[in-house]
Amino acid sequence: MTEQPKPAPPARTHASPTPLDIAARAAQGHRDPAGPADPGPAPDEQPAARAGGSSPADPAAVVSSAAAAAGGGLAGSAANGTVNGTTAAPGAAGPAASPGPAPGSPADQAGLAPRTRMTGAQALVRALEKVGADVVFGLPGGAILPAYDPLLDSAEVRHILVRHEQGAGHAAAGYAQATGRIGVCMATSGPGATNLVTPIADAYMDSVPLVAITGQVSTSLIGTDGFQEADISGITLPVTKHNFLVTQAQDIPRTIAEAFHLAGTGRPGPVLVDIAKDAMQAQTDFVWPVPLDLPGYHPVIRPHSRQVREAARMMTAALRPVLYAGGGVIKAGASAELLTLAELTGIPVVTTLMARGAFPDGHRLHMGMPGMHGTVAAVGGLQKADLIVALGARFDDRVTGNLASFAPDAAVVHADIDPAEISKNRRADVPIVGDCREVISDLITAIRAEHEAGRLGRHNAWWAQLDAWRSTYPLGYEEPADGSLSPQYVIKRIGGIAGPEAVYVAGVGQHQMWAAQFISYSRPRTWLNSGGLGTMGYAVPAAMGAKVGRPDACVWAIDGDGCFQMTNQELATCTLEGIPIKVAIINNGNLGMVRQWQTLFYNERYSNTDLQRSGTSGPGDAPGAPPAPLAGTRVPDFVKLAEAYGCAAIRCEKPGDVDAAIKQAMEISDRPVVIDFIVHRDAMVWPMVPAGTSNDDIQFARDMAPDWGSSE
Amino acid sequence: MSRHTLSVLVENKPGVLVRIAGLFSRRGFNIDSLAVGQTEHQQISRMTIVVNCDEHPLEQVTKQLNKLINVLKIVELEAGAAVQRELILIKVRADTESRSKVLETVQLFRAKVVDVALDAVTVEATGNREKLDALIRVLEPFGIKELVQSGMVAVGRGGRSITDRALRPVERSA
Repeated sequence: MTEQPKPAPPARTHASPTPLDIAARAAQGHRDPAGPADPGPAPDEQPAARAGGSSPADPAAVVSSAAAAAGGGLAGSAANGTVNGTTAAPGAAGPAASPGPAPGSPADQAGLAPRTRMTGAQALVRALEKVGADVVFGLPGGAILPAYDPLLDSAEVRHILVRHEQGAGHAAAGYAQATGRIGVCMATSGPGATNLVTPIADAYMDSVPLVAITGQVSTSLIGTDGFQEADISGITLPVTKHNFLVTQAQDIPRTIAEAFHLAGTGRPGPVLVDIAKDAMQAQTDFVWPVPLDLPGYHPVIRPHSRQVREAARMMTAALRPVLYAGGGVIKAGASAELLTLAELTGIPVVTTLMARGAFPDGHRLHMGMPGMHGTVAAVGGLQKADLIVALGARFDDRVTGNLASFAPDAAVVHADIDPAEISKNRRADVPIVGDCREVISDLITAIRAEHEAGRLGRHNAWWAQLDAWRSTYPLGYEEPADGSLSPQYVIKRIGGIAGPEAVYVAGVGQHQMWAAQFISYSRPRTWLNSGGLGTMGYAVPAAMGAKVGRPDACVWAIDGDGCFQMTNQELATCTLEGIPIKVAIINNGNLGMVRQWQTLFYNERYSNTDLQRSGTSGPGDAPGAPPAPLAGTRVPDFVKLAEAYGCAAIRCEKPGDVDAAIKQAMEISDRPVVIDFIVHRDAMVWPMVPAGTSNDDIQFARDMAPDWGSSE
Repeated sequence: MSRHTLSVLVENKPGVLVRIAGLFSRRGFNIDSLAVGQTEHQQISRMTIVVNCDEHPLEQVTKQLNKLINVLKIVELEAGAAVQRELILIKVRADTESRSKVLETVQLFRAKVVDVALDAVTVEATGNREKLDALIRVLEPFGIKELVQSGMVAVGRGGRSITDRALRPVERSA
């Protein structure tokens, strides 16, 4: 879905339009309601005229006056200037509004397309139908109320009423990640909108195509601290790919079309559309299709052929190459191409946390996950490589460890659809901008040409080394001596019983890493998690969204007891809307990952990580510490909680019961199931690269460093 | 660290300035000066942004700027190949005794007096940074009551317009 073949500007290497585009657009598209241009007043009059006179009919004047105010100033003053400009805009646009076509809207095709008279809210719902949004996760409120009325009548858009707006956002993200389509969430102004900020930021970090629609107070109230007013477009500026504030009914369809186009093309990401209540209530002519007005948006899809040939040449010449596959491979739908490329070249593949499932785990060329909790073979493979081919990956700090000592001998080929990712962290020797599927397809062609020219890769010595690491340091864990349940075993069995067709959704923490390590993935879009932002509470609502998008798939949320308590209210939604997800709570009674760090780096002083005692009761395990007042209790009782939400609930505390519990859950398909797995609290995630250190210092178990041997 | 002048063509829409300024601040870049105004095309504004940074961060910020949907084009204007100007208004203390000396200084700099009061004159000057700094230094002894500067605007030398490909687009082809 990401690479809707765009009306490509011919072979362009950077994202700015050609001079002709600008000129042409300026020549044809311009339609200024304010009349002829200011005939250039004397220089000493100009700033005063603009700033003081502030002719509100001309939106341009707003920007100019803000600019004049900020000119010569620092970023701070500039920002202030434009905040004023933004809030002034609706007023400025008001007088310019005429019954005619939207001012500034390009190419008046309205004469050709059919027009229907309706409210802005009806136009919103119609536009959602037209762009193919079949599901909206949301929760109504005052400012978005007008939109909920026509929503009731829409046969094509299903609205799912969540219990908290954060749930709507993550559900939309889960829907998008599981299906490849664009997720949609909706909320009212003020607190409804600010509750969406976390899932929007989450989607931004993980490049998830998401459209968030929020109601805004009426234009006359904007800027007055009106009831439930929040400047949500200002708030989400740093965490959206783009956002819009719509104050005119006739702009709604075009803005929705633009938002979906932006969210789903190029590097996907969240787009927010904030719509003033009076714009939804006003009458307008609905026209579809609408031409997009995005002169500055030209994602580069096709890679540069010379760069691709150079990359292919390096790949056949390298002695220790690695394919470093990131989430972009999944987003581009390039898993099949990646498999072909890997098998053609015999180059080992590592799949990042966001790319689990992009390449089959069981494949002989797969080295596992790189990074802080990656396999020794994957971390060592990157570290000792002489060539890293990064495909839709971004050299995140959790992958590179200390950047200065990361893969010191490696040349880097970096392919990404976002030019800003290339050479952001690690300098690329061969940068390739393009969609991953296009890039990999072209690489396959170029590698075949290399092979035909008799240049074949020689990786035998490299493979001997990699195989040695792989067999010496496989992923593993120790069973607790006291016979209690090990979390890794539970997760491994879920993966074993539910199989590779199931969709697995994790929260954030130890259980997330174990779910990434101990479930064998072989298909794209079967592993969903919050990788970049690390949002606790992602799992339950995202699993709900995934299940809505793929109702025939078995969807497992693997969650921690800490995470689960952040968003489990969506179980009510699941029960009532008929979304039978399965939730495995890996319940160690602690914020496990933080506890692990306290064990390793804070002298076992467990400050505020024990979820079954008062946070101020001091280090619980210190000698002589008073017994926890709530020791032995379970607050809350997840079985009772799940039952209260109408779910089937199972508790499992013994290794011998694990399979039966999972199988029982697999049998239930008429309602959500929650299994409370009570696991040992001292289990740790290994291997581990301690934060900020070099990947060379990876430990495969506590204080156990691998012997790298001689790879040179 | 070195000074770079970026000319950024943007859509003339509300909120664009805050997108640009916000991007600089959250990516950790300082703006030395920023000036904005409409261009020969009314729906296009042009920002002249002066930043002080190394080559690599400049490349990164330029790429990030290019990702903003409202940004149309970014060009770096090399100092030698561009005309760079700032405007300054200085209110200088000038009573009957010192006024003639102030006016003499103003003449030397080809600046002009745009307002006169009993105890002060307001001087307008345009030029590059060095010239304006020199003017300020020379006027300082008289007593500067108020000073306001516009931020730099710049345009490439020669007959080409910024929309010509000849000027080096900062974002290296990648």
